[in-house]
Amino acid sequence: MTPDDARDMIQAALLTVAPDAELGDVAPDADLREELDLDSIDFQAYAAELSKRSGLPVTEEDQRGLTTLAAGVAFLTRARVRP
Amino acid sequence: MAEFTPKQFRMPSLGADMDEGTVIEWLVQPGDTVARGDVVAVVDTAKSAVDVECFDSGVIEDILVQPGKSVPVGTPLATIGTVDGATAKPVPVPKPTAPAPAAPSAPAPAPKPRTPVAGPLVRKQAAELGVDLAGVRGTGRGGAITRADVQRAARPRAVAESPVRTRATPYARRLAKELGVDLIRVSARDGVVRAADVRAADIRAVKPPPQAEKPAAPIVDRTATLRLATAKLMARSKREIPHYYLSTTIDMTTAMARLAELNRDLPVERRVLPVALVLRACARAAEKVPQLNGFWNSEGFEAGDGVRLGMAVSLRGGGLIVPVIADATSLGPVEMMDRVRDLVTRARGGRLRGSELTEATITVTNLGDRGVESVFGVIHPPQVALVGVGKVVERPWAVDGLLGVRPVVTVTLSADHRATDGHTGARYLEIVEKLLTTPEEQ
Repeated sequence: MTPDDARDMIQAALLTVAPDAELGDVAPDADLREELDLDSIDFQAYAAELSKRSGLPVTEEDQRGLTTLAAGVAFLTRARVRP
Repeated sequence: MAEFTPKQFRMPSLGADMDEGTVIEWLVQPGDTVARGDVVAVVDTAKSAVDVECFDSGVIEDILVQPGKSVPVGTPLATIGTVDGATAKPVPVPKPTAPAPAAPSAPAPAPKPRTPVAGPLVRKQAAELGVDLAGVRGTGRGGAITRADVQRAARPRAVAESPVRTRATPYARRLAKELGVDLIRVSARDGVVRAADVRAADIRAVKPPPQAEKPAAPIVDRTATLRLATAKLMARSKREIPHYYLSTTIDMTTAMARLAELNRDLPVERRVLPVALVLRACARAAEKVPQLNGFWNSEGFEAGDGVRLGMAVSLRGGGLIVPVIADATSLGPVEMMDRVRDLVTRARGGRLRGSELTEATITVTNLGDRGVESVFGVIHPPQVALVGVGKVVERPWAVDGLLGVRPVVTVTLSADHRATDGHTGARYLEIVEKLLTTPEEQ
């Protein structure tokens, strides 16, 4: 998956959780939970949606690493970068 | 022959802060047979649209309040002729929703929203693009309409109009099948075929369309009405209830180990979060300290009939809704998490049922996700206690004379001093701690 595809997928997944989300304003390394006011249930739903759309399993550890757009892109493109 | 005794189906009280409600849609009409627990109407309150179940079985005789009219709680909305005596033959009923409210196992399936659910930004965008939200299929959680849905709807309609599948509510679909009505020939006001449309199509040749064919009530400014409802209840609480506050910090090592074990085998969408274990402990402790589980009314304290655990859910855009977990003491951790997830999702984006909004006997507020360590909440009258749960944080912690780093959570209790003293409250928090730190209790 290309980074652009990954970004599109993340945006689509986030919109199912936060229908009002303005993703254009979110910086790549900003914490999505803070930027979009997601609680742990929202964030779990986002991770599940990403897993469903990509077909990739998301472990608990993966989920902890999905908190930013950049990390999400890295996860989806399988370039697993950890902070 | 059976005798018919009419009963009244009244505007239910969906929470202590509800004074009046508006029927948005009737899902039944005179002559329909209904069973206790069937969803018969959609009612709009200051807080949300709610699927309301009836409490009697029988035949709908008259619809007394038409959609769009706001009436006080307790106002008769319809009369139900109840079949008395053993000779009564139960008639097979098309049930709009499946399980009885008391079913303890799986979470109730979320009913498909019949009126659009959309946030203020989405509504604004729809207004700008000239999109009628009633005709937009929501792909967000709980069927909520997203900005992407609106954008899709705003594009030229050529593709959308190809007759792939007529959009209809599940109940309308079932009814159409029973009546032999072809859904494609049913005209819908706004693109979604409802039960009333199917009936209209069925009887159009014979009778005029029923009066229930009024358009749904306009979308109100939910944020403002929600704020007012919360304001009223909280002001009453602080006016009437002498609160006392207790707090304890609990070592979550045992609970977190249990979570890790549970979650290893669960897919991401069913993983259990710490809040589920804390809610379980709160419910079971309330069972053991019944003085905190119930209501304060003019007669004094009235113990609740079982634990009905209220869970404060904050909505996007502000405001609180408190759905109730009626069987919280009997749920395992995974079941509890499923229930919490389902209720939170539907409170925010879909539709709750009337039975999920009746009065809780004790409420829990969880602000852990907002990063705060402790929350001292305001009791929801007429309840007498509110439990506050903070964030699970790692802290230096002394165990057996040694210092280690442990995950801990601060659980607080706000309680009504008219009903209990600090001693009772302290016992409650001790039991919560014991439940969360004992491996066999997880």
